[in-house]
Amino acid sequence: MMDEARLSAILSRYDGEPYDLIPVLQDIQDQYNYLPKDELHEVAVRLKVPLTQVYSVATFYKMFSLIPKGKHQLKICLGTTCHLKGGQRLVASVCNRLGVEVGYTTKDRQFSVETVGCLGTCAQAPVMMVDDKYYARVTVDKVSKILKLYA
Amino acid sequence: MEEVGIYFNGIFVKVPAELTVLQAARQQDFDIPTLCHHPDLTSEGHCRLCVVEVGEYPHTRLVNSCTYPVANGLHVQTHSERVLKARRLVLELLLARAPQAKIVRELAADHGVDETRFQVADPEERCILCGLCVRACREIVGVAAISMAFRSPEKLVTTPFQEKSEACIGCGSCAFVCPTDVIPYTEKNGIRTIWGRDFELVPCNVCGNYIAPRAQLEHWAKITGDPVENFFVCRDCR
Repeated sequence: MMDEARLSAILSRYDGEPYDLIPVLQDIQDQYNYLPKDELHEVAVRLKVPLTQVYSVATFYKMFSLIPKGKHQLKICLGTTCHLKGGQRLVASVCNRLGVEVGYTTKDRQFSVETVGCLGTCAQAPVMMVDDKYYARVTVDKVSKILKLYA
Repeated sequence: MEEVGIYFNGIFVKVPAELTVLQAARQQDFDIPTLCHHPDLTSEGHCRLCVVEVGEYPHTRLVNSCTYPVANGLHVQTHSERVLKARRLVLELLLARAPQAKIVRELAADHGVDETRFQVADPEERCILCGLCVRACREIVGVAAISMAFRSPEKLVTTPFQEKSEACIGCGSCAFVCPTDVIPYTEKNGIRTIWGRDFELVPCNVCGNYIAPRAQLEHWAKITGDPVENFFVCRDCR
């Protein structure tokens, strides 16, 4: 069931014009951790955008997801430097510990794991982000400590 | 109407100022191959086959002629060595993308491209993602039932959530405009099936031949404001 009030609260902050589409979707993604189908139907009507365009945008950008994501987003950097500094080992370690594959969410809906191109702090490679927080020089033995902070 | 003077392959011509280079070239009978261009739809520059060289040596560059506006004194080369090389590359990429598309194979053969150096993801693929279907549905039909979804290499033309589209009226414009005939639709026993939905075809009140899906006639009634029964007689019987 769609939570009408929750969606209206988001939409009320905008003009209700087609150009609001991406910011509105970002807010929904932030609050719901994904883009629910019923909400997308409503967004299309309220912003006067064809549903096809909403779907196009929602599937194009990596920041949007149509399936529920975890409470915490893990972004592991596999940019050039992090790759050389063992980013791949970090990915394997995190996935092993959480029992999940890249691009998926743990069963308890706590963590989603994804790999990214570059987080812009190559001097501190290998880098991992949990939600909005950066973790620098993440060696495999630090993984469990970091994950415990969010468990 | 304001005119500008431009040079096609060194030949000076005068053309209306609001044209694109491609439109001007076609008007003056200079041949530029295209796949994703349609005179009645906005150009979006998907296929890149219409590349031309603009500017004067040595300061020339390749641009999409379908989206590049004409300008006074512009020099355009439609068949320079650089242009032909770029077109051959584009055709190789298109061959790798859609090896089964007849029109791509013919154009490639015309340009002397027999095989592609690039990896073929799906040997049965015919869609070249030109977006003509999407534009026709949005701009001509006005319902926007299909669109591009996902991003390359998974990019495809589909309905929202890849389900039966509520917006579709079954008119078949997308299949009609498709240059590679990749949009499947069938007509059997008065039912047209397209994009996973069945549409009831309405027979003409006079001759009994099928006119169009009921949903399409209702769409016409809605945009013209006439009662839907007005459309139950086919064009030949009016």
